[in-house]
Amino acid sequence: MADLDLPSRQGFAPDAALPTGLPGEIPLTITINGERRDLHVRPWTTLLDLLREDLHLYGTKKGCDHGQCGACTVLVDGQRINSCLSLAVSRDGCEVTTIEGLAAPDGALHPMQQAFIEHDAFQCGYCTPGQICSAVGLVKEGHAHSAEEIREGMSGNLCRCGAYTNIVDAIGDMLAQETSQEAAK
Amino acid sequence: MHETHFGSPRSRVDGPLKVTGAAPYAGEFTAPDLAHGYVVSSAIAKGRITRIDTKDALAVPGVVQVFTHENRPRTAFRSNAYQDEVAPPGKPFRALYDETIVYSGQPVALVVAEDFEIARYAASLVRVTYEAEAHETDLEKVQAKAYVPPVKRQGISPPPKPRGDSEAAFGASPVTVEAGYRIAVEHHNPMEPHATTVVWEGDERITVHDKIQGAQNSQSYITAVFGLPQKDVRVVSPFIGGAFGSGLRPQYQLFLAVMAALELKRSVRVVLTRDQMFTMGYRPDGLQNVALGANQDATLQSIRHDLIANTSTFEDYQEATVNWSAMLYHCDNVTTTHKLAKTDLYTPADMRAPGAPTGLFAMESAMDELAHKLGVDPVTLRLRNYADIDESTNKYHTSKELRAAYQLGAERFGWSKRNPKPRSMKEGRELIGWGMASGAWEAQMAQTSARATLTADGRLEVACATADVGTGTYTILTQIAADALGLPMEKVTTKLGDSSLPKSPVEGGSWTAASAGSAVELACHKVRETLFKSARGLDHSPLANADIERVTFHGERIALVSDSSRFVTLADALKAAGVEKIEAEETASPSKLTQMRYNSFTHSAVFVEVRVDEELGQVRVTRIVDAVAAGRIINPKTARSQIMGGVVFGIGMALHEESMPDHNLGRFMNHNLAEYHVPVNADVHDIEVIFVEEHDTLTSPLGVKGLGEIGIVGTAAAIANAVFHATGKRIRELPITIDKVIGTAEAA
Repeated sequence: MADLDLPSRQGFAPDAALPTGLPGEIPLTITINGERRDLHVRPWTTLLDLLREDLHLYGTKKGCDHGQCGACTVLVDGQRINSCLSLAVSRDGCEVTTIEGLAAPDGALHPMQQAFIEHDAFQCGYCTPGQICSAVGLVKEGHAHSAEEIREGMSGNLCRCGAYTNIVDAIGDMLAQETSQEAAK
Repeated sequence: MHETHFGSPRSRVDGPLKVTGAAPYAGEFTAPDLAHGYVVSSAIAKGRITRIDTKDALAVPGVVQVFTHENRPRTAFRSNAYQDEVAPPGKPFRALYDETIVYSGQPVALVVAEDFEIARYAASLVRVTYEAEAHETDLEKVQAKAYVPPVKRQGISPPPKPRGDSEAAFGASPVTVEAGYRIAVEHHNPMEPHATTVVWEGDERITVHDKIQGAQNSQSYITAVFGLPQKDVRVVSPFIGGAFGSGLRPQYQLFLAVMAALELKRSVRVVLTRDQMFTMGYRPDGLQNVALGANQDATLQSIRHDLIANTSTFEDYQEATVNWSAMLYHCDNVTTTHKLAKTDLYTPADMRAPGAPTGLFAMESAMDELAHKLGVDPVTLRLRNYADIDESTNKYHTSKELRAAYQLGAERFGWSKRNPKPRSMKEGRELIGWGMASGAWEAQMAQTSARATLTADGRLEVACATADVGTGTYTILTQIAADALGLPMEKVTTKLGDSSLPKSPVEGGSWTAASAGSAVELACHKVRETLFKSARGLDHSPLANADIERVTFHGERIALVSDSSRFVTLADALKAAGVEKIEAEETASPSKLTQMRYNSFTHSAVFVEVRVDEELGQVRVTRIVDAVAAGRIINPKTARSQIMGGVVFGIGMALHEESMPDHNLGRFMNHNLAEYHVPVNADVHDIEVIFVEEHDTLTSPLGVKGLGEIGIVGTAAAIANAVFHATGKRIRELPITIDKVIGTAEAA
């Protein structure tokens, strides 16, 4: 097993294109935060490690690397997933939205980000990107209508600082806004 | 009066960075040519390494070096060089020092490679051969060898001297309770694993991004261990993804990352895995015994609280655990003891309110047992034995509004409707129980410096080396500074977490708001004086005859208190000063005189409702009211969050958290977040936080007492008491898991 012919990744700059055509690497076309990327990745690289280590999108966090904490939650084709449990190569052709891609191009925060600030729904901030991506996914799923359902639907995202009640309030606010907008239509 | 930022709810100033993923944590700083280190952990608990074979690992293309005890660079010889700012007495653990294994999970090698995946893979190829010796990790087995620690840990009060004769008084008391209590070992498990990125700046200079609650603690550790001059080591840790005490002491990944960077003369990052987060400090195991004696009128006659806690074989970790039982109530006969017993585990570490929620779980459970036996209401029992002074030291309290906390908390909760009889409330298939407990934590101030710099563009920067681990320090310091100079918060920038900034102790012990806050205010007041002199000196100044006591700084103006139409704008005052900037650095220190005469504590009264499904053994905490007396509140919004976070930690202690050792292997087996349970969103329901009005002019110049710990204290005890009220079953070992709850019907 010691004969892996892996190249040095020395000198990677955050936005440099990944080297292509390396032995054992697999081509991958993936859209990240609206930008199409043609990459070559190793078969074992997780989506999380691709984002953080290769693309330097450190907003997506690694809390456990085992799908147990939710800190790495991103949206893939609009659905929330644990990016640590997903091999990058399995996401060929997908659209990935990370926390860096939620705000508008002019920097205006996504309403969920704004709601998290207003409700003080975080403390240390490490689980926050995952919480927010998960919350955006939850709202889109349309199953959560009560605080109880939000709690249940957000229980895959741990927050050790214990901001849960504020997280529920922030999401509840968003849901209420959605409902009133629906009603207005 | 103008509305001040101090006392008003304000959103976190670092909020936008955190909700966009732009806040950088220790393992997220990059550098050209960054190498990645992966730690290999010991598979045995005690013994020595007889052979360590790194050949296969080194053969993996992309591996730069494998460090072991055989090839590690020389570091400081004397063990005291490794003693950090908050180290307990003893000889600190030194990674890769020699072939000796002192605990399971101990780092035995660091594989450094061009990238993380190569390092991780190569680490799996390092083969270590051990000669194991018999280990003992079970506190029960070593308790007979318990000893009173010969050297006291700095900053930790040992148990107070006994008062009266607790034994005789216990014997003479008509009503007594006595029982043993225990809380499972807990690991901090902040969401961010421990990580260090060392940026090689050339010429033996490094910039270190470490997950640490005090950048200067890591800096002095590095300079002492590696013999580097202070000017060549800068620690910059602006964001910490939670720590709860695990980041007070430098952890081994700091040593390993710096060692590798210095040796390889390149930038190195070491990030621990979640399972390696179980190979460092933890809340210690402890065997507690509490005996209370009372008269029929519910007055306490005797208190005895004994503790045997585990420590490592190399350090005597101590925390104030039993002391609370000696100070919280009026009682003439009190004995408390705290002994240690050595186990082949890593040294325990301070974890959110070290000692208090554990000691008070035992004491406040015992008080509940006593109330039940006496047939008095648990709140009544506490009020009847209310202590007006700290009888354990015979000092006055700087302030103590615990009585009001009991009253307000009880009112809010609806406590008066409680039927004292266990098993008296049921809804559907769930029994309902109401319980309460008291909490206390030290309110301290520690000497801290801060700098304030007002620049010609009218912006203010305040700076202090302390950290914001999620507590809200950035925000409250911004509020204090903005008030001092009458600025909107947007014009103030707070810089923290950098060893090059004015000196601060580690962020911990709930002292940061009082300490860094006072230092920032002092520095800003110095700037204010300079500015005022300049404003007064202007030609035809409207403030010409005023003194600084008769002006206010508000709305970017300096105005007369008596006539706000007479003012000088900050911009004009700055221009008149004719300087690029006005800068002041000040140090805030606690009053020695006050400390001699007074003790200062925050207090709380926690009221809890639980619902227990006896058939499933499931406990749900459906309602908590935590009434907290903690002096002035700088930011009610972040303060409420801090207390709620502490309460959630307390729910974890009561119901979920348990690092399970396998004593045959001498290690914790459930080293992941699927098996080490922390509360999740669905576990947390209504939490109401009440801040009781409390005026304190002695703890700190700000009237602030600190909030980081008090939220957890009392919570676990109140939950256990509520479980008793629901089920009639007294559970004295936390966490209260299904196995302990099932069969409650028989027990009642």
